Amino acid sequence: MKALAASRRHRLAPVILMTLALFLTGAVYAALAPSSAQANTAGADDIEEGRRLFITNCSTCHGMSAEGSDTVPSLIGVGAASVHFQVITGRMPMDADSPQAGAKPPQFTDEQARQLAAYIASLGPGPGIPDEETVDPALGNAAEGMQLFRTNCAMCHNFVGAGGALTNGKYAPALDDSTPTEIYEAMITGPQSMPVFNNANLTEEDKRNIIAFLVAQREPNPGGFTLGSLGSVSEGVWAFLVGFGLLIGAAVWIGARSS
Amino acid sequence: MTTDLAPGPKVDPKIAATADFLDTRLGISKMFKGLGRKLFPDHWSFLLGEIALYSFIVLIISGTFLTMFFVPSMTEIHYPHDALPVTMQGQPMSEAFASTLNLSFHVRGGLFMRQLHHWSALIFVGAMVIHMLRILFTGAFRKPREINYLIGFLMLITSLLAGLTGYSLPDDVLSGNGLRITDGVVRSIPIIGSYLSFMVFGGEFPGMDVVPRMYALHILFIPGLILALVAVHLFLVFWHKHTQYPGPGRTNKNVVGFPLFPIYVAKAGGFFFIVFGILGLMGATMSINNVWNYGPFDPALVGAGAQPDWYMLFLEGSLRLMPSWEVVIAGFTVPMSVLIPAVVVPGVLFTVLGAYPFIHNYATKDTGEHHVLDRPRNAPTRTAIIVAVLSVFFVLLAAGSNDLIATHFSLSLNAITWAFRVLFFVLPVVAFIVTKRVCYGLQRKDRELVLHGHETGRVVRFASGEYAEVHKPLDDFERWVLVGPQPERPLEIEPAEDSNGVRRPGHKKELRRQKFSRFFYEERVEPVTPAELVAAHATGAHDALPASEERDARELEARTH
Amino acid sequence: MTIEHTDRSTDVVEHPEQFTNPGLPPHRPRLGDEDPKANKLSERIVLAIFTVSVLASIASIVGYFAIPVDPEAGSMGNTRLSTIVIGVGLGLGMLGIGVAAIHWAKSLMNDHDKVEERHEIAGDEETRGTAVEMFNEGVRDASIARRPLLKGAVGGALALAPLPFLVPLIGNLGGDWDVSRFKRTAWAPGDNGDRVYLATDPTNRRIKAAEVTVGSLFHVMPWNLPEHPNYLDEKAKAVVLLVRLDPQDLKETEERASWSYDGIVAYSKICTHVGCPVALYERETHHLLCPCHQSTFDVTDEAKVVFGPAGRALPQLPIDVDENGYLVAQRDFDEPIGPSFWERER
Repeated sequence: MKALAASRRHRLAPVILMTLALFLTGAVYAALAPSSAQANTAGADDIEEGRRLFITNCSTCHGMSAEGSDTVPSLIGVGAASVHFQVITGRMPMDADSPQAGAKPPQFTDEQARQLAAYIASLGPGPGIPDEETVDPALGNAAEGMQLFRTNCAMCHNFVGAGGALTNGKYAPALDDSTPTEIYEAMITGPQSMPVFNNANLTEEDKRNIIAFLVAQREPNPGGFTLGSLGSVSEGVWAFLVGFGLLIGAAVWIGARSS
Repeated sequence: MTTDLAPGPKVDPKIAATADFLDTRLGISKMFKGLGRKLFPDHWSFLLGEIALYSFIVLIISGTFLTMFFVPSMTEIHYPHDALPVTMQGQPMSEAFASTLNLSFHVRGGLFMRQLHHWSALIFVGAMVIHMLRILFTGAFRKPREINYLIGFLMLITSLLAGLTGYSLPDDVLSGNGLRITDGVVRSIPIIGSYLSFMVFGGEFPGMDVVPRMYALHILFIPGLILALVAVHLFLVFWHKHTQYPGPGRTNKNVVGFPLFPIYVAKAGGFFFIVFGILGLMGATMSINNVWNYGPFDPALVGAGAQPDWYMLFLEGSLRLMPSWEVVIAGFTVPMSVLIPAVVVPGVLFTVLGAYPFIHNYATKDTGEHHVLDRPRNAPTRTAIIVAVLSVFFVLLAAGSNDLIATHFSLSLNAITWAFRVLFFVLPVVAFIVTKRVCYGLQRKDRELVLHGHETGRVVRFASGEYAEVHKPLDDFERWVLVGPQPERPLEIEPAEDSNGVRRPGHKKELRRQKFSRFFYEERVEPVTPAELVAAHATGAHDALPASEERDARELEARTH
Repeated sequence: MTIEHTDRSTDVVEHPEQFTNPGLPPHRPRLGDEDPKANKLSERIVLAIFTVSVLASIASIVGYFAIPVDPEAGSMGNTRLSTIVIGVGLGLGMLGIGVAAIHWAKSLMNDHDKVEERHEIAGDEETRGTAVEMFNEGVRDASIARRPLLKGAVGGALALAPLPFLVPLIGNLGGDWDVSRFKRTAWAPGDNGDRVYLATDPTNRRIKAAEVTVGSLFHVMPWNLPEHPNYLDEKAKAVVLLVRLDPQDLKETEERASWSYDGIVAYSKICTHVGCPVALYERETHHLLCPCHQSTFDVTDEAKVVFGPAGRALPQLPIDVDENGYLVAQRDFDEPIGPSFWERER
């Protein structure tokens, strides 16, 4: 987490603040509502609260008992990690009918997301939400993560996780703002177009290494402005905008008669 | 003059002695006599070539720095565990990549030099292209400068090779994929493709030879070639004397400008430092080609947004636009969807570009020397052709970035690709027609301006009650720019039969040539002639008022205020 | 066709057909030409800019010594700072010289336009005549015109002389020239008939069929490939993608029915277009997309091309499981992988 703190001036800052705010809200909620004090261990109360939230917010599409329909996936057996990921990144509830559900400001607190997750997990077994240690970037090896990320992830998400295009309007999102927990959950559940990377394919340690690599990418770039980390195209655009802007400006100055 | 052999009392004796020393050995007084006060016309667009020249010098300087620390070897090593960046520690990689990391992170100023070198390369090729466009738009390639144009064209090609070989050296994933694509393109060439691929890589891709080979080409052969071409190019610029824009006092027989010493020593010399300075600031603050993000080359990997540097992007776009097509003839495979976009398209583009002065000569049967440039509007067909070709180039650039366009504008990748496939054929036609019309429109506007003068915004009322805006006529100097340049006319040819009614041989060929010439020059807007101007003055109330009426008008205005 | 005017002039005066060049416009003096104060100010500005340049260069050198980047002291932040200080100092140092010199030239040096005559590039008649005469004299001196055999000999010798250089150069460049290697990969069973295991890239773990769940994607290389003497050359041909499909999604021809194992299929990862790794798998549509040129392949339908420039489907690797449940390759690919070439089908 040291690395996270070091880049507080960076684009991560809002995310951390937001996450903190969410946890704070959760904590306040927990203090005010003693019945669900132990938010992280799925008790019967959580499941019940989750069921209530599900019926109010999700059942229109996913069905009263999460059984899904022809066009909407069943949630039985997707596991807590999947629900937590979809809800905490704002992908669910989905708003417009677009090629894919994009991330947006979440509608639920982390607390509520976990309650929803607990309810869905109670319907059938699936991957659970990882604990702090499993996703702690400080325990991972960023260099090993580099190799794994390049092989398994970079072709969609770009070398530094800046995102990329898929077919017919779908895309792989940028990973700059994703929390370690979200990255882990995405790998284990394979949201939407993304394939699943189960623990035989990428072990828990492999996944932590990948998280360590992504977090290391958030250090300030030693070369100066990153120009969006989009590679040669953005570099070319900047060469013409800044380089030729200044150079031709200078040329016009030299060629103009002095007054 | 400082090289005076018999120094007068004002000359510093030390300078005189040095000058004498050099003159008796090198004859510098003769050189200085010939070149010292040579005139150069002043215009910002004449400095575009200098940007290319100076960024080339910066490339040599920064490149020399890099060669001191770069190891052109593909031998596999493991990156040390105590070296930066942490994401590479202990990983297997080639010595080339490891030395690139080392010179970026552990050589003080090394990363700056790498970035300076890369930015200079982008600017170098860009400046050449913009310079070439200036030459084309203004007709500076015309007789007697066709050969110098060709030399410039060769420099552009060699620079692309310099870029390609340099880009491949760090042996990171992106450069390796660039080579992989090069391999795919080379292999597609019929009959010899496979063998050419073996020739480039010393066996199969990637092999162990390609980085040292590219290195030898990149630091020795190609820059040597460019330097030789630069020398000839500059010599011919001096020999021909520089072109100039049309203007009062400027003719095909003179040069109007400032002397080399001291004005252009200061201006051109100063511009070198400005170019170096701007490139330096870019290298210091803007990261480029962050190879530590890409990691060492591995043939199993590629990242989203994998693109070459901008000057190769049109090839990438061309490859992306092409639909699937592969034919097998008598058991031999011809991959058309590689061959056409990567060999045929650039082949046609470069042939037309290199041959343009000769196409022009074919259309004009050019006999005289041209030292006064065209304003682009005064050569509408040529301007329109250049814009049309440019529009194709831009479509290819955009197609090469289609994945980034898709993600940044939330569009479908497939839809964009289809749009560009259509635009590739439609846009140049539209661009040609629109540009030509715009040129004619501008020429007509010039005529209007000459005939009726500048609008002053002053509205006056005459004694008769008539209102009119006062127009200020152009002075002789301003008018000359608009009426001086005469348009080209299509070729006149001899009739099909001579006076005895005998068919002339070669007439058909001439007819074809005339037809071609008419395409360029048939439709034109003639500049205003003196007779037209007099006529306009005679009929127009728009011109400056006669002195008496002017006075009346002033009084009227004063009263109304 | 666009002679734009109708000559309404009733003047009897003959007008010339074209305007005449009015000659150079009068020189417009600069502020500093007339006002000694402005002149002095320009001089001071030039001096000040040169001073900025000197200071920036010094700052750059100070930055070089002051900021350590060696492995013990260094960090990414240090490298960043060092780059910026050295670079900005150098850049401003250069920029200062340039701006000062040009301001000097523009504001203080004589700015009267000068005119110089041009001369025809071609020599005049006399020069040409002399040149032709000299050339003919040289030809006569060489007495080459009467010796056609000699002309031929010179040409032949000159044409052949570079070959002793070029033939060894080109001959050696291609190594062993064995282009048939394009058609073999490391999946071919060993000499003892041992079939090659599929393993994860880059972690080199063998893969059990049961581990490949529906919806997951495995990046695969031959087991223990890193020990191969030509590791990268072989990896460039041998990498495959492994996915498991719901058997009812899978369209298989009769011939390939035995190439998959329980819905698990393996396709070459090297694009048949120009050879980029086609690594981008969309779990829901089962499309593989090449990030380089966007060729799209349908995994459910023998990886046939559905969009983009690739000319052929991705070759399929026939797979099987061994007695312990590990995935193995039955044999090498049935066709050459990667970009097409002339002798591909031969």
